[in-house]
Amino acid sequence: MWQVIVSELTKATHDILRSIARFLPRLVVMLAIVLIGLGIAFLLRSILRSILRIAKFDKLSEHAGAAQLLHKAALPSSSELLSRFVFWVAWLGFILLGISVLGIGGLQEHVARFFAFLPRLFAALFVFFFGLLAASFFSRAALLASVNADVPSPRLISATVHTLIVFCAVSMGFEELGLAENTVLVAFSIVFGALMLGMALAFGIGGRELARQFLEKRFVRGKKEEKEDELSPL
Amino acid sequence: MPEESILTDDFLRELMNVGEVDIVVGVPTYNDAKTIGQVVQAVRAGLLQYFPRQRSVIINADGGSRDGTQDLVRAASINDMRQAAGTHALRTLHCISTQYSGGASAEGNALHTILAAGDLLRATACAVISPDSISIEAGWLEHLLRPVFRDNFDLVTPLYRRHKFDGLLVRTLIYPMTRALYGRLVREPYPAEFAFSSRLGNYLLNQEIWTEDVARTGAEMCLTLSAITGGFRLVQSFLGDKARVDHAPADLVRAMRQTVGTLFWSLDRDFAIWSACTDTQPVPTLGTEQDLNLEPLRVNRKRLHQMFVRGVSELEPVLKSLLAPATLSALQHIAGVPEPEFCYSDELWVQTVYEFAAAHHKAVISRDHIVQALAPLYRGKAHTFLALNRDASGAQVEDNVEALCRAFEQLKPYLVEQWDGRK
Repeated sequence: MWQVIVSELTKATHDILRSIARFLPRLVVMLAIVLIGLGIAFLLRSILRSILRIAKFDKLSEHAGAAQLLHKAALPSSSELLSRFVFWVAWLGFILLGISVLGIGGLQEHVARFFAFLPRLFAALFVFFFGLLAASFFSRAALLASVNADVPSPRLISATVHTLIVFCAVSMGFEELGLAENTVLVAFSIVFGALMLGMALAFGIGGRELARQFLEKRFVRGKKEEKEDELSPL
Repeated sequence: MPEESILTDDFLRELMNVGEVDIVVGVPTYNDAKTIGQVVQAVRAGLLQYFPRQRSVIINADGGSRDGTQDLVRAASINDMRQAAGTHALRTLHCISTQYSGGASAEGNALHTILAAGDLLRATACAVISPDSISIEAGWLEHLLRPVFRDNFDLVTPLYRRHKFDGLLVRTLIYPMTRALYGRLVREPYPAEFAFSSRLGNYLLNQEIWTEDVARTGAEMCLTLSAITGGFRLVQSFLGDKARVDHAPADLVRAMRQTVGTLFWSLDRDFAIWSACTDTQPVPTLGTEQDLNLEPLRVNRKRLHQMFVRGVSELEPVLKSLLAPATLSALQHIAGVPEPEFCYSDELWVQTVYEFAAAHHKAVISRDHIVQALAPLYRGKAHTFLALNRDASGAQVEDNVEALCRAFEQLKPYLVEQWDGRK
């Protein structure tokens, strides 16, 4: 009996030792991957930071209005934030790669899912950033055009354009991430529809006089208004 | 060859039929049916009367008019003109019409087409006549083309007798700034009518500007500035009355893109030249100097003031990114002054313009937006100019323009300082 117990214990000990012996090289490989990954992530961060500095990315994000958002949220500059983001994504990728080397059951699938998600995450960030850039550009264009055409409420027009584009970019970003697709789509449709209806009503009821003046100015000849543009600027 | 890309096959065929010429007169048009007949007739009369021995061609570069402008040009008969004027051409006077791409938004393509055609036909002199010039007389052709033929000048810019309040943008910004920075006293840096030599034509044709937006909107301004920076011989020639054309109101933003946008763009290209230029050289003038018509004119200054005040207030976030805090606060201060006491001083105006130019150089925001943002501020300066010169004589108006020019010259170091400095 005692011999059986000793023999089983010895076998179990051997098994454990064999497992440890099998596991140790994997652990070492994992640690190596994580450390190499850390180095590569650092390198990537430095390279990206330099590229963004050369490309004046901070200025671009300032134009896009992203810098102001980050400043309000007490976050670092957009180039710094993007560099850190890339660092963490890269390192996390290496950590997961290392863990997958350990051969722990069930983790492989999660790791694969993470890597499959990365392109979508980048695409969503890309859409969001360029959405902000487009919102800033077109809202400024609307503001300038409204002021120069002497249209009432230029800032309201500009803010409406900005909000619409940002909302559109955010919903596209969420759709790319696959988050609450239906909710975002429905919310967007409701907001957009309500805005258009509101504008149509406002222009039709509240802006009758404005519409009349606009059409008169545009199509009725002979009614000459005394204005500065009659002076030839050139 | 640059002309290969811009001249169509049909147009090339027509040019080859014409053969080599001495004179090319280009008439760029876009929906100008109302005035084009009169202008083409005057051009023909001028060529027959003053250049009967020269081989000449009139080239109409049209932007795709839908009012039959091109048909009117083609239909105009040379025989009628000969009989009417009682003159006899010793050579055939050709008249060709072609279309340039881009339409009204790419007027510079018309000049590009005319330049390329002039180069291909080996013309000694080219003149460009605006289809809006309803007061054109046959003598204008002589005043424009003779200095190129006789005295070997490279660019002839016009001088007109015009109302003291016409051409305000040129008078309050383009002329003084060009003069202060480039050191040449050219009264019409954005000419409607002008003539140039084949040397200058070839020089401009070979410049790397034709792919830029600025060449499509402000090619005439590029021509003047290239002539100055390239060391070409310039002359101004008095043409006579420049009548006010009664058509749709001029678009100020478009005019600013054509002139201010082009000037700001050129400053980038020519920094080494204008920053080193320290004195102002006069340009020889043929005929009388700039002449002003002092007829009373009703202008709604109140509206100009309103638009300035509204612009300063509504565009505050945009102006903040373009102007120094002190300049913006000075603008906000004068925007609060009631209309009768309102005054946009020369110094503040020059400071504003120079800060806009520096912001344009640094591309702080979209460059087109920078030019657009200047429009409401220009309205403020136009108000002050109108108020100051309401009852002024021609000499007083000239004195006031001269004072503005001096302000631009005195503050030039400020622009240089702003150019590379961080805002």
